[in-house]
Amino acid sequence: MMKTDELIDLLASGEGPVDRHALARRLAQALLGGLLGALLLTVALYGVRSDLAEVARTPVFWAKLALPGSLALLGLWLTQRLARPGVKGGAVWGLLGVPLLLVWLGAAISLAGAPVEARAELVFGRTWRTCALNITLLSAPLFVAVFWALRGLAPTRLRQAGAAGGLLAGATATLAYCLHCPEMEVPFWGVWYLLGMLLPTALGAALGPRLLRW
Amino acid sequence: MQRNNSQDVLCERETQLQALLLRGLSGDARAYREFLAALALHLRGFLRRRLAQRPAEVEDLLQEVLLAVHNARETYQPQQPLTAWVQAIARYKLVDYLRRYGQRETRHESLEEDSDLFAASDEAPAEARRDLGKLLGQLPERQRLPIVHVKLEGLSVEETARITGLSSSAVKVGIHRGLKALARLIRGSDDDENR
Repeated sequence: MMKTDELIDLLASGEGPVDRHALARRLAQALLGGLLGALLLTVALYGVRSDLAEVARTPVFWAKLALPGSLALLGLWLTQRLARPGVKGGAVWGLLGVPLLLVWLGAAISLAGAPVEARAELVFGRTWRTCALNITLLSAPLFVAVFWALRGLAPTRLRQAGAAGGLLAGATATLAYCLHCPEMEVPFWGVWYLLGMLLPTALGAALGPRLLRW
Repeated sequence: MQRNNSQDVLCERETQLQALLLRGLSGDARAYREFLAALALHLRGFLRRRLAQRPAEVEDLLQEVLLAVHNARETYQPQQPLTAWVQAIARYKLVDYLRRYGQRETRHESLEEDSDLFAASDEAPAEARRDLGKLLGQLPERQRLPIVHVKLEGLSVEETARITGLSSSAVKVGIHRGLKALARLIRGSDDDENR
Protein backbone atom coordinates (compact mmCIF):
# COMPACT_ATOMS: atom_id res chain seq x y z
CA MET A 1 0.00 0.00 0.00
CA MET A 2 0.96 3.57 -0.60
CA LYS A 3 2.44 5.48 2.31
CA THR A 4 0.24 8.24 3.66
CA ASP A 5 2.90 10.87 3.00
CA GLU A 6 3.09 9.79 -0.61
CA LEU A 7 -0.65 10.03 -0.91
CA ILE A 8 -0.55 13.55 0.50
CA ASP A 9 2.12 14.53 -2.01
CA LEU A 10 0.07 13.03 -4.77
CA LEU A 11 -3.10 14.80 -3.71
CA ALA A 12 -1.40 18.16 -3.33
CA SER A 13 0.50 17.99 -6.61
CA GLY A 14 -0.56 20.13 -9.51
CA GLU A 15 -3.73 21.51 -7.99
CA GLY A 16 -4.84 24.81 -9.41
CA PRO A 17 -7.29 27.07 -7.63
CA VAL A 18 -10.66 25.52 -6.88
CA ASP A 19 -13.79 27.07 -8.34
CA ARG A 20 -15.60 28.62 -5.37
CA HIS A 21 -18.96 28.33 -7.09
CA ALA A 22 -18.52 24.78 -8.26
CA LEU A 23 -21.46 23.51 -6.21
CA ALA A 24 -23.85 26.24 -7.35
CA ARG A 25 -22.75 25.81 -10.94
CA ARG A 26 -23.24 22.07 -10.87
CA LEU A 27 -26.72 22.32 -9.37
CA ALA A 28 -27.70 25.09 -11.79
CA GLN A 29 -26.55 22.99 -14.75
CA ALA A 30 -28.52 20.01 -13.51
CA LEU A 31 -31.62 22.06 -12.85
CA LEU A 32 -31.60 23.81 -16.22
CA GLY A 33 -30.94 20.59 -18.12
CA GLY A 34 -33.61 18.71 -16.19
CA LEU A 35 -36.14 21.52 -16.54
CA LEU A 36 -35.57 21.64 -20.27
CA GLY A 37 -36.20 17.90 -20.39
CA ALA A 38 -39.40 18.26 -18.35
CA LEU A 39 -40.66 21.12 -20.56
CA LEU A 40 -40.00 19.12 -23.72
CA LEU A 41 -41.77 16.11 -22.25
CA THR A 42 -44.75 18.28 -21.26
CA VAL A 43 -45.09 19.67 -24.76
CA ALA A 44 -44.50 16.33 -26.45
CA LEU A 45 -46.69 14.13 -24.23
CA TYR A 46 -49.45 16.43 -23.00
CA GLY A 47 -49.37 19.65 -25.02
CA VAL A 48 -49.62 23.20 -23.74
CA ARG A 49 -53.13 24.23 -22.71
CA SER A 50 -54.68 26.32 -25.46
CA ASP A 51 -55.85 29.13 -23.18
CA LEU A 52 -52.46 29.59 -21.49
CA ALA A 53 -52.07 33.21 -22.59
CA GLU A 54 -55.42 34.20 -21.06
CA VAL A 55 -54.98 32.14 -17.92
CA ALA A 56 -51.54 33.62 -17.36
CA ARG A 57 -53.22 36.98 -16.74
CA THR A 58 -55.26 35.67 -13.83
CA PRO A 59 -53.92 35.70 -10.26
CA VAL A 60 -55.13 32.17 -9.64
CA PHE A 61 -52.67 30.83 -12.24
CA TRP A 62 -49.81 32.44 -10.34
CA ALA A 63 -51.16 31.16 -7.06
CA LYS A 64 -51.05 27.73 -8.64
CA LEU A 65 -47.41 28.23 -9.67
CA ALA A 66 -46.55 29.53 -6.22
CA LEU A 67 -47.13 26.13 -4.62
CA PRO A 68 -44.57 24.11 -6.64
CA GLY A 69 -42.43 27.24 -7.02
CA SER A 70 -41.98 27.71 -3.28
CA LEU A 71 -41.44 23.99 -2.74
CA ALA A 72 -38.84 23.93 -5.52
CA LEU A 73 -36.96 26.81 -3.88
CA LEU A 74 -37.02 25.07 -0.51
CA GLY A 75 -35.97 21.83 -2.20
CA LEU A 76 -33.06 23.62 -3.83
CA TRP A 77 -32.06 25.17 -0.52
CA LEU A 78 -32.17 21.78 1.20
CA THR A 79 -30.31 20.06 -1.62
CA GLN A 80 -27.43 22.52 -1.65
CA ARG A 81 -27.17 22.29 2.14
CA LEU A 82 -27.26 18.50 2.27
CA ALA A 83 -24.71 18.27 -0.56
CA ARG A 84 -22.08 19.54 1.90
CA PRO A 85 -20.57 17.44 4.67
CA GLY A 86 -21.60 18.61 8.12
CA VAL A 87 -24.47 20.87 7.04
CA LYS A 88 -27.92 19.79 8.22
CA GLY A 89 -31.27 20.35 6.60
CA GLY A 90 -32.43 21.51 10.01
CA ALA A 91 -35.17 24.13 10.19
CA VAL A 92 -35.52 24.27 6.40
CA TRP A 93 -37.40 20.97 6.57
CA GLY A 94 -39.89 22.71 8.85
CA LEU A 95 -40.36 25.58 6.40
CA LEU A 96 -41.86 23.10 3.97
CA GLY A 97 -44.91 23.21 6.23
CA VAL A 98 -45.67 26.82 5.25
CA PRO A 99 -46.75 26.24 1.62
CA LEU A 100 -48.51 23.05 2.70
CA LEU A 101 -50.53 24.85 5.36
CA LEU A 102 -51.34 27.69 2.99
CA VAL A 103 -52.62 25.43 0.23
CA TRP A 104 -54.68 23.38 2.69
CA LEU A 105 -56.06 26.55 4.22
CA GLY A 106 -57.02 27.79 0.75
CA ALA A 107 -58.55 24.40 -0.02
CA ALA A 108 -60.58 24.45 3.21
CA ILE A 109 -61.93 27.92 2.46
CA SER A 110 -62.79 26.92 -1.09
CA LEU A 111 -64.54 23.75 0.04
CA ALA A 112 -66.40 25.50 2.86
CA GLY A 113 -67.78 28.07 0.43
CA ALA A 114 -69.02 25.48 -2.04
CA PRO A 115 -72.30 23.54 -1.93
CA VAL A 116 -71.86 19.98 -0.68
CA GLU A 117 -72.63 18.34 -4.02
CA ALA A 118 -69.95 20.45 -5.77
CA ARG A 119 -67.15 19.58 -3.36
CA ALA A 120 -66.07 16.32 -4.92
CA GLU A 121 -65.64 18.12 -8.22
CA LEU A 122 -63.31 20.65 -6.56
CA VAL A 123 -61.09 17.92 -5.17
CA PHE A 124 -61.10 15.48 -8.08
CA GLY A 125 -61.41 17.83 -11.04
CA ARG A 126 -61.23 16.01 -14.34
CA THR A 127 -57.69 14.71 -14.24
CA TRP A 128 -57.12 13.30 -10.76
CA ARG A 129 -56.40 9.86 -12.12
CA THR A 130 -53.38 10.98 -14.10
CA CYS A 131 -52.12 14.16 -12.42
CA ALA A 132 -49.77 12.70 -9.81
CA LEU A 133 -48.36 10.11 -12.21
CA ASN A 134 -47.85 12.71 -14.93
CA ILE A 135 -45.87 14.85 -12.52
CA THR A 136 -43.81 11.86 -11.44
CA LEU A 137 -43.06 11.01 -15.06
CA LEU A 138 -42.06 14.60 -15.84
CA SER A 139 -39.76 14.61 -12.85
CA ALA A 140 -37.66 11.77 -14.32
CA PRO A 141 -35.20 13.97 -16.28
CA LEU A 142 -34.89 16.33 -13.32
CA PHE A 143 -34.42 13.43 -10.94
CA VAL A 144 -31.58 12.02 -13.02
CA ALA A 145 -29.95 15.44 -13.38
CA VAL A 146 -30.20 16.37 -9.70
CA PHE A 147 -28.85 13.00 -8.61
CA TRP A 148 -26.00 13.39 -11.10
CA ALA A 149 -25.18 16.72 -9.46
CA LEU A 150 -25.39 15.26 -5.95
CA ARG A 151 -23.14 12.37 -6.89
CA GLY A 152 -20.42 14.83 -7.79
CA LEU A 153 -20.77 16.58 -4.42
CA ALA A 154 -20.36 15.15 -0.95
CA PRO A 155 -23.64 14.38 0.83
CA THR A 156 -23.15 12.55 4.14
CA ARG A 157 -26.84 12.15 5.06
CA LEU A 158 -27.79 10.14 2.04
CA ARG A 159 -31.46 9.54 2.76
CA GLN A 160 -32.16 13.19 3.50
CA ALA A 161 -30.13 14.37 0.53
CA GLY A 162 -32.02 11.93 -1.68
CA ALA A 163 -35.36 13.19 -0.38
CA ALA A 164 -34.34 16.82 -0.90
CA GLY A 165 -33.18 16.05 -4.44
CA GLY A 166 -36.41 14.18 -5.16
CA LEU A 167 -38.47 17.09 -3.84
CA LEU A 168 -36.50 19.52 -6.00
CA ALA A 169 -37.09 17.31 -9.04
CA GLY A 170 -40.79 16.80 -8.32
CA ALA A 171 -41.57 20.45 -7.56
CA THR A 172 -39.72 21.71 -10.64
CA ALA A 173 -41.51 19.11 -12.78
CA THR A 174 -44.82 20.39 -11.40
CA LEU A 175 -43.95 23.88 -12.61
CA ALA A 176 -43.48 22.46 -16.10
CA TYR A 177 -46.74 20.53 -15.81
CA CYS A 178 -48.61 23.77 -15.07
CA LEU A 179 -48.20 24.64 -18.76
CA HIS A 180 -50.57 21.79 -19.51
CA CYS A 181 -52.70 21.13 -16.44
CA PRO A 182 -56.24 22.52 -16.82
CA GLU A 183 -57.16 22.26 -13.11
CA MET A 184 -57.70 25.63 -11.43
CA GLU A 185 -59.16 24.65 -8.05
CA VAL A 186 -57.11 24.93 -4.88
CA PRO A 187 -58.39 21.66 -3.32
CA PHE A 188 -57.19 19.78 -6.40
CA TRP A 189 -53.65 21.13 -6.04
CA GLY A 190 -53.71 20.47 -2.32
CA VAL A 191 -54.14 16.77 -2.98
CA TRP A 192 -52.88 15.73 -6.40
CA TYR A 193 -50.04 18.17 -6.94
CA LEU A 194 -48.72 17.35 -3.51
CA LEU A 195 -49.04 13.65 -4.18
CA GLY A 196 -47.20 14.13 -7.48
CA MET A 197 -44.34 15.84 -5.65
CA LEU A 198 -44.39 13.37 -2.79
CA LEU A 199 -43.74 10.37 -5.07
CA PRO A 200 -40.33 11.58 -6.36
CA THR A 201 -39.46 12.75 -2.84
CA ALA A 202 -40.15 9.30 -1.42
CA LEU A 203 -38.28 7.71 -4.31
CA GLY A 204 -35.31 9.96 -3.60
CA ALA A 205 -35.35 9.02 0.08
CA ALA A 206 -35.53 5.33 -0.84
CA LEU A 207 -32.75 5.45 -3.44
CA GLY A 208 -30.49 8.02 -1.78
CA PRO A 209 -28.47 5.62 0.36
CA ARG A 210 -27.74 3.46 -2.67
CA LEU A 211 -27.27 6.04 -5.43
CA LEU A 212 -25.43 8.72 -3.50
CA ARG A 213 -22.72 6.60 -1.83
CA TRP A 214 -19.20 7.81 -2.43
CA MET B 1 -9.17 27.73 33.33
CA GLN B 2 -7.93 24.38 32.11
CA ARG B 3 -11.01 24.01 30.00
CA ASN B 4 -10.68 27.48 28.57
CA ASN B 5 -7.12 26.77 27.62
CA SER B 6 -7.95 23.58 25.77
CA GLN B 7 -10.76 25.36 23.97
CA ASP B 8 -8.35 28.09 22.97
CA VAL B 9 -6.01 25.47 21.58
CA LEU B 10 -8.80 23.88 19.57
CA CYS B 11 -9.89 27.24 18.31
CA GLU B 12 -6.39 28.16 17.28
CA ARG B 13 -5.92 24.85 15.51
CA GLU B 14 -9.16 25.34 13.64
CA THR B 15 -8.08 28.81 12.53
CA GLN B 16 -4.66 27.61 11.43
CA LEU B 17 -5.96 24.64 9.49
CA GLN B 18 -8.69 26.68 7.90
CA ALA B 19 -6.23 29.33 6.77
CA LEU B 20 -4.06 26.64 5.18
CA LEU B 21 -7.02 25.04 3.45
CA LEU B 22 -8.31 28.36 2.12
CA ARG B 23 -4.87 29.22 0.76
CA GLY B 24 -4.74 25.76 -0.75
CA LEU B 25 -8.14 26.19 -2.37
CA SER B 26 -7.00 29.41 -3.98
CA GLY B 27 -4.14 27.53 -5.63
CA ASP B 28 -1.28 27.46 -3.10
CA ALA B 29 -0.13 23.85 -3.44
CA ARG B 30 2.36 24.12 -0.55
CA ALA B 31 -0.25 25.37 1.86
CA TYR B 32 -2.58 22.62 0.68
CA ARG B 33 0.07 20.00 1.29
CA GLU B 34 0.69 21.39 4.74
CA PHE B 35 -3.04 21.33 5.42
CA LEU B 36 -3.34 17.67 4.42
CA ALA B 37 -0.31 16.71 6.49
CA ALA B 38 -1.60 18.49 9.59
CA LEU B 39 -5.05 17.06 9.03
CA ALA B 40 -3.61 13.57 8.71
CA LEU B 41 -2.13 13.88 12.22
CA HIS B 42 -5.49 14.81 13.73
CA LEU B 43 -7.39 12.23 11.73
CA ARG B 44 -4.97 9.48 12.70
CA GLY B 45 -5.73 10.15 16.34
CA PHE B 46 -9.45 10.36 15.67
CA LEU B 47 -9.49 7.05 13.81
CA ARG B 48 -7.13 5.29 16.18
CA ARG B 49 -9.48 5.97 19.08
CA ARG B 50 -12.39 4.57 17.12
CA LEU B 51 -10.62 1.57 15.62
CA ALA B 52 -8.85 0.50 18.80
CA GLN B 53 -9.51 -3.15 17.99
CA ARG B 54 -8.07 -2.96 14.50
CA PRO B 55 -5.00 -0.72 14.63
CA ALA B 56 -3.73 -2.19 11.35
CA GLU B 57 -6.66 -0.67 9.49
CA VAL B 58 -6.15 2.87 10.74
CA GLU B 59 -3.71 3.93 8.05
CA ASP B 60 -5.85 2.45 5.32
CA LEU B 61 -8.94 4.28 6.44
CA LEU B 62 -6.96 7.47 7.05
CA GLN B 63 -5.98 7.44 3.38
CA GLU B 64 -9.60 6.90 2.37
CA VAL B 65 -10.62 9.92 4.44
CA LEU B 66 -7.84 12.10 3.02
CA LEU B 67 -8.91 11.12 -0.47
CA ALA B 68 -12.51 11.95 0.41
CA VAL B 69 -11.51 15.32 1.86
CA HIS B 70 -9.61 16.06 -1.32
CA ASN B 71 -12.49 15.06 -3.57
CA ALA B 72 -15.02 17.01 -1.50
CA ARG B 73 -12.92 20.16 -1.23
CA GLU B 74 -15.20 22.08 -3.58
CA THR B 75 -18.03 21.77 -1.07
CA TYR B 76 -16.20 23.61 1.71
CA GLN B 77 -17.45 27.12 2.43
CA PRO B 78 -15.30 29.54 4.46
CA GLN B 79 -18.13 30.40 6.86
CA GLN B 80 -18.51 26.77 7.93
CA PRO B 81 -16.39 25.52 10.84
CA LEU B 82 -13.70 23.33 9.32
CA THR B 83 -13.99 20.84 12.17
CA ALA B 84 -17.64 20.16 11.39
CA TRP B 85 -16.90 19.65 7.72
CA VAL B 86 -13.95 17.31 8.27
CA GLN B 87 -15.67 15.36 11.03
CA ALA B 88 -18.71 14.76 8.88
CA ILE B 89 -16.49 13.32 6.15
CA ALA B 90 -14.43 11.23 8.56
CA ARG B 91 -17.50 9.87 10.30
CA TYR B 92 -19.18 9.08 7.00
CA LYS B 93 -16.13 7.13 5.81
CA LEU B 94 -15.78 5.39 9.16
CA VAL B 95 -19.38 4.20 9.17
CA ASP B 96 -19.08 3.13 5.53
CA TYR B 97 -15.92 1.25 6.37
CA LEU B 98 -17.38 -0.49 9.40
CA ARG B 99 -20.39 -1.59 7.39
CA ARG B 100 -18.22 -3.03 4.64
CA TYR B 101 -15.96 -4.64 7.19
CA GLY B 102 -18.95 -6.26 8.87
CA GLN B 103 -20.16 -7.65 5.57
CA ARG B 104 -16.76 -9.04 4.75
CA GLU B 105 -16.40 -10.66 8.15
CA THR B 106 -19.65 -12.54 7.83
CA ARG B 107 -18.85 -13.71 4.31
CA HIS B 108 -15.58 -15.42 5.02
CA GLU B 109 -13.00 -15.45 7.73
CA SER B 110 -9.85 -14.00 6.29
CA LEU B 111 -6.85 -16.28 6.65
CA GLU B 112 -3.55 -14.79 7.57
CA GLU B 113 -1.14 -15.45 4.75
CA ASP B 114 2.03 -16.86 6.24
CA SER B 115 3.53 -18.71 3.33
CA ASP B 116 6.45 -16.57 2.18
CA LEU B 117 8.90 -19.45 2.80
CA PHE B 118 9.17 -20.28 -0.89
CA ALA B 119 8.23 -16.89 -2.21
CA ALA B 120 11.72 -15.50 -2.71
CA SER B 121 13.69 -17.24 -5.41
CA ASP B 122 16.57 -16.24 -7.67
CA GLU B 123 14.30 -15.70 -10.57
CA ALA B 124 12.22 -13.22 -8.70
CA PRO B 125 13.72 -10.00 -10.15
CA ALA B 126 13.50 -11.29 -13.70
CA GLU B 127 9.92 -12.27 -13.26
CA ALA B 128 8.96 -9.18 -11.39
CA ARG B 129 8.36 -7.06 -14.43
CA ARG B 130 6.36 -9.70 -16.25
CA ASP B 131 4.35 -10.44 -13.14
CA LEU B 132 3.69 -6.77 -12.58
CA GLY B 133 2.41 -6.55 -16.12
CA LYS B 134 0.14 -9.50 -15.46
CA LEU B 135 -1.13 -8.02 -12.22
CA LEU B 136 -1.66 -4.63 -13.81
CA GLY B 137 -3.65 -6.33 -16.51
CA GLN B 138 -6.17 -7.36 -13.90
CA LEU B 139 -6.89 -3.79 -12.90
CA PRO B 140 -9.60 -1.74 -14.56
CA GLU B 141 -8.32 0.85 -17.01
CA ARG B 142 -9.06 3.83 -14.78
CA GLN B 143 -6.60 2.39 -12.24
CA ARG B 144 -4.11 0.78 -14.58
CA LEU B 145 -3.44 3.77 -16.83
CA PRO B 146 -2.73 6.22 -13.99
CA ILE B 147 -0.31 3.75 -12.39
CA VAL B 148 1.45 3.00 -15.67
CA HIS B 149 1.84 6.65 -16.60
CA VAL B 150 2.62 8.19 -13.23
CA LYS B 151 4.32 5.41 -11.31
CA LEU B 152 6.11 3.52 -14.11
CA GLU B 153 6.70 6.14 -16.79
CA GLY B 154 7.15 9.01 -14.36
CA LEU B 155 4.70 11.40 -16.01
CA SER B 156 2.99 14.04 -13.91
CA VAL B 157 -0.63 13.80 -12.85
CA GLU B 158 -1.65 16.56 -15.27
CA GLU B 159 0.08 14.93 -18.21
CA THR B 160 -1.60 11.66 -17.38
CA ALA B 161 -4.95 13.39 -17.10
CA ARG B 162 -4.43 14.87 -20.56
CA ILE B 163 -3.41 11.56 -22.13
CA THR B 164 -6.14 9.47 -20.57
CA GLY B 165 -8.93 12.02 -20.64
CA LEU B 166 -9.53 11.45 -16.91
CA SER B 167 -9.80 14.37 -14.51
CA SER B 168 -6.72 14.87 -12.36
CA SER B 169 -8.79 13.90 -9.32
CA ALA B 170 -9.69 10.64 -11.06
CA VAL B 171 -6.01 10.00 -11.83
CA LYS B 172 -5.16 10.42 -8.15
CA VAL B 173 -7.99 8.21 -7.02
CA GLY B 174 -6.99 5.64 -9.65
CA ILE B 175 -3.40 5.51 -8.44
CA HIS B 176 -4.44 5.14 -4.84
CA ARG B 177 -7.09 2.51 -5.40
CA GLY B 178 -4.96 0.73 -7.99
CA LEU B 179 -1.97 0.42 -5.68
CA LYS B 180 -4.23 -0.92 -2.97
CA ALA B 181 -5.69 -3.44 -5.38
CA LEU B 182 -2.19 -4.48 -6.50
CA ALA B 183 -1.13 -5.03 -2.91
CA ARG B 184 -4.16 -7.24 -2.44
CA LEU B 185 -3.42 -9.19 -5.61
CA ILE B 186 0.16 -9.73 -4.50
CA ARG B 187 -0.97 -10.95 -1.10
CA GLY B 188 -3.30 -13.25 -2.97
CA SER B 189 -6.39 -12.29 -1.03
CA ASP B 190 -9.57 -11.46 -2.83
CA ASP B 191 -11.31 -8.85 -0.76
CA ASP B 192 -13.58 -7.14 -3.19
CA GLU B 193 -13.79 -3.80 -1.49
CA ASN B 194 -12.39 -2.29 -4.64
CA ARG B 195 -15.26 -0.16 -5.87
